[in-house]
Amino acid sequence: MPSLGADMEAGTLVEWLVKPGDWVKRGDVVAVVETQKGAIEIETYQPGQIEKFLVELNSKVPVGTPLAQIRTEGEVKPAAVAPAPTPPAAPAVAAPAAAPITPPVAAPVRAPSPPPVAPAAVAAVAGARASPAARKLAEERGIDLLTVTGSGPGGAITYADVEHRLGAVAAPPEKKRAPGLDLEAMRTAIAAAMARSKREIPHYYLEHQVDVTASEHWLAQKNATLPPDTRLLFGALPIKAVALAARRYPAFNGFYRDNKFEPAQAVHVGVAIAIRGGGLTAPALHDADQLSLDELMSRMRDLIQRTRAGRIRSSEMSDPTITVSSLGERGVEALYGIIYPPQVAIVGFGKVVTRPWVIDGAIGPRSVITMTLSGDHRVTDGHAGALFLAEIGKLLQEPESYE
Amino acid sequence: MSDIDIRKVVQEELNNIAPEVDMAGVDPAADLREALDIDSMDFLNFITAIHQRLSIDIPEIDYPKLITLDGAVAYITAHLGSSKN
Repeated sequence: MPSLGADMEAGTLVEWLVKPGDWVKRGDVVAVVETQKGAIEIETYQPGQIEKFLVELNSKVPVGTPLAQIRTEGEVKPAAVAPAPTPPAAPAVAAPAAAPITPPVAAPVRAPSPPPVAPAAVAAVAGARASPAARKLAEERGIDLLTVTGSGPGGAITYADVEHRLGAVAAPPEKKRAPGLDLEAMRTAIAAAMARSKREIPHYYLEHQVDVTASEHWLAQKNATLPPDTRLLFGALPIKAVALAARRYPAFNGFYRDNKFEPAQAVHVGVAIAIRGGGLTAPALHDADQLSLDELMSRMRDLIQRTRAGRIRSSEMSDPTITVSSLGERGVEALYGIIYPPQVAIVGFGKVVTRPWVIDGAIGPRSVITMTLSGDHRVTDGHAGALFLAEIGKLLQEPESYE
Repeated sequence: MSDIDIRKVVQEELNNIAPEVDMAGVDPAADLREALDIDSMDFLNFITAIHQRLSIDIPEIDYPKLITLDGAVAYITAHLGSSKN
């Protein structure tokens, strides 16, 4: 069970998309897991043949639990496959070359090339009487874990158990729901992540306005020659501009964990996607800095469609290195985002508005957009933030340079 | 294709985008973005669907003409006619 977000404790396996005997390669979607953020498609990082399932359908298991065993092709050379220390209590992983499907528990930072398995970490989580998040919360609030009743496997104490003990939140009623989007659960997840962000991250905020009239014209000209299915939306430009700027300013692209900043190797832009009826999630558009604008648009379209249909993939949940939030044409002029931990920056874009603007000493109507940066002051300062935001503004004005 | 058929197609495609909306209750003169709570990506998907299903070209500059149910039906009616003849 991979970790699909900073606050994920457990997930429910609802569907297998493979069967024992099937061969899988890295990145294949093998299962569907339900989390607070909806149904997530789980990809495997381990190529090989599915040997057996380790978790039954519809069971809820903690993050780190192996879901299945995969026999790798090169099993005669076990050293090449899973050289990680043998977990003391993982009898299921008996075959030397078999590896459980589970990305490392702390997936985001190792995303570019995760090791095949981290059995030691898995065992640590599975064997714990309380999850790390639960332990941390209990410690912060001065709760003795011995006074908390665990609802996890083997009586393990979860974050929710500690919250329940605190009376912070009423225990959510256990209810059966169809795979897909559960807006109530999503709201709980947003609340947890945003409250943590505001508790832990000292935000600073910067704002900048740029004239995007020329970019709009460029886009209109390009779209005039294209059928609707390949047309670009203005919303693709901010994502590309932020991705390119993040590559040049790596201090805004990565994760803050264990009291230090870890820059990410790749730029995976989290795209904030509103769900009708009141939900929000920000899955990754992978390697957004490397994609042509057309490719980026096509992937964004696919990502938004799948997100709204409740079919996000596991890597998309765990990989974002920086977030972009755009209010689009129906929004207001400015948005000051809350950083999604453990990321360290979020860039907000308001709607494009027509404003009087001074160009070459004369006032004229221009299309103007307000951009904001929320930065983590533990990692960067306003000066660096200003340079970063100005760079995004400059890039937003020259979409022709992306390709 | 009759006006009623076109309206049905438009409603179907909008329902594909916003399945929870009861199209019968949508004011035919209302801005669809507001009435259905859809964004520019949803609207582009709607235009794409109409383009693919009815083979009519809808340039970006004409989008505002399709922003209401009545507007979309009128636009499609006019353009279906011209492409058939």
